Amino acid sequence: MTTTLRPGSGSETLLARIVPLPGTSARRASLMVERNALVYRRSWVIIVSGFFEPFFYLLSIGIGLGALVGTVSLDGRMIEYTAFVAPALLASSAMNGAVYDSTFNIFFKLKYAKTYDAILSTPMSPGDVAAGEITWALIRGLIYSTTFLAVMLALGLVGSPWAVLVLPAAVLIGFGFAAVGMAATTYMPGWQDFEFVQLCILPMFLFATTFYPLATYPSALQAVVVCTPLYHAVELIRSLTTGLVDGTVVIHIGYLVVMGLIGLRVAGRRLEKLLLT
Amino acid sequence: MSVPESRRQLSVPVATVEVVDDSLDAAFIHARGLTKRFGEFTAVDGIDVDVARGEAFGFLGPNGAGKSSTMRMIGCVSPPTEGTLRILGMDPGADGPAIRARLGVVPQQDTLDTELSVRENLLIYGRYFGMSRAAVRAKTDELLDFVQLTDRAKDKVEPLSGGMKRRLTIARSLINDPDILLLDEPTTGLDPQARHSLWDRLFRLKQRGVTLVLTTHYMDEAEQLCDRLVVMDKGRFAAEGSPRELIATYSTREVLELRFGPDEDNNVYADKVEGLVDRVEVLPDRLLLYTDDGDGTTAAVYQRGLLPVSTLVRRSTLEDVFLRLTGRTLVD
Repeated sequence: MTTTLRPGSGSETLLARIVPLPGTSARRASLMVERNALVYRRSWVIIVSGFFEPFFYLLSIGIGLGALVGTVSLDGRMIEYTAFVAPALLASSAMNGAVYDSTFNIFFKLKYAKTYDAILSTPMSPGDVAAGEITWALIRGLIYSTTFLAVMLALGLVGSPWAVLVLPAAVLIGFGFAAVGMAATTYMPGWQDFEFVQLCILPMFLFATTFYPLATYPSALQAVVVCTPLYHAVELIRSLTTGLVDGTVVIHIGYLVVMGLIGLRVAGRRLEKLLLT
Repeated sequence: MSVPESRRQLSVPVATVEVVDDSLDAAFIHARGLTKRFGEFTAVDGIDVDVARGEAFGFLGPNGAGKSSTMRMIGCVSPPTEGTLRILGMDPGADGPAIRARLGVVPQQDTLDTELSVRENLLIYGRYFGMSRAAVRAKTDELLDFVQLTDRAKDKVEPLSGGMKRRLTIARSLINDPDILLLDEPTTGLDPQARHSLWDRLFRLKQRGVTLVLTTHYMDEAEQLCDRLVVMDKGRFAAEGSPRELIATYSTREVLELRFGPDEDNNVYADKVEGLVDRVEVLPDRLLLYTDDGDGTTAAVYQRGLLPVSTLVRRSTLEDVFLRLTGRTLVD
């Protein structure tokens, strides 16, 4: 009845090879996703509510403010302000969803509910837990991105066939932020530390070229903005929906991939250190 | 529930032969010089243990004696600092997941998943062990019945009483038909009814051949459940044996308790009873005389002209052993 799971056996998969975390298996990580699906089967309202935030921003800023602004110049092409802001809102919502899931929710399970202590008494490893939780955050983010993209399509804000890649790109954004969010959470002693999360998220949301192009900034400030992860997320999605795709896309993707892998690695290690002492 | 009668019996993992085979008599748990240090603090200080298959083994000790640290090492969730540890013939460092697959763990504090219902707690836990959904459903029904929680199956965990949560935790620990059940202070904080109900469940598991390893600071619990136990103090074993052996070695058959007036100095009376028994213990409110013949000693006390306010002859218990070995001073 009980299947014995051994690290190094056939259950080790691609994930384990990409992410050098000992004893991580995609099959076991998927059980974390199964657990979260059980929880949210009852509280699906929370998931639905996550869609409305970017949607309201789109209505207010994109369409409302867009009527005043008109068009924006991007790579020498004039595009509607709504079409400029919408992809940035999609990227921000992918970030917000991932960060929320990987900080508050994980902190509660880690420090209060002792959920992971119980799970680690089974064949599950810290790597399985980290990978599973991040995967869940991605699935949740994917639901938001999909509905938001549908709204963009309906409003005629998608101007390029490249947009088919928006969803995988949104998953990548979620991966980067969820992994780093989870890693950061393992260092937090108390709830008040989440103010620091807000302190990182909000300025990025406001200034990382979400509402106006990078060229608006003096060059010194441009250098700062270019370093932030949300800048790369926004520019990646924007290039796909507007069709202004060039070589910089590779840099955006590379940034987010590295960010996610480092986060995942740190999160797994830290969980091991915190829970398996 | 609609579980066929034949399935109601918990399947006993007596013959988990595939790994144990030629070493059936070998210890299920084998430790030599097992040590756990946290920085400068030594929680477990080089202990040697062997627990045989089917045995009920207890770790007794005051808070901070190293019981939980030992249990966590056996549970493969805490790497030993030094020493050898083999569980079911395997090395926790190399085979942690494979060992954990065959352990059941009841931690000191409930770690139930408060975001899930009673039934879902068991369902998902079985899945963590790699069980199929069908297998885990059947097992869940069987275990809810075993711990008498079938009618609370759909409830959330939070409103359950302490005893119910504990029973659910025990049910959860049995989901994978474990070869070894690790129980860290299983009944601490429960009312007498809940404790007896739990002991009843644990006793039935023991009869079915499950190896039990438990920690406790309740002496009655140790006497009820353990075939063999060790008294732990400051990370080491102060004594080892069956409850009866320990009482025989570290205490006498009976204890005579003498109470004098509230304002009397008991040390004075300790001098006056000198020579009657081998060991006298002076407590603020009474004298304890360790004796093999309580009534005879009582008579001798009166013969010396002493007039205690009350006398009580009782059988020696593990508690006497425990207090003798670990002292009466409060830890922590």
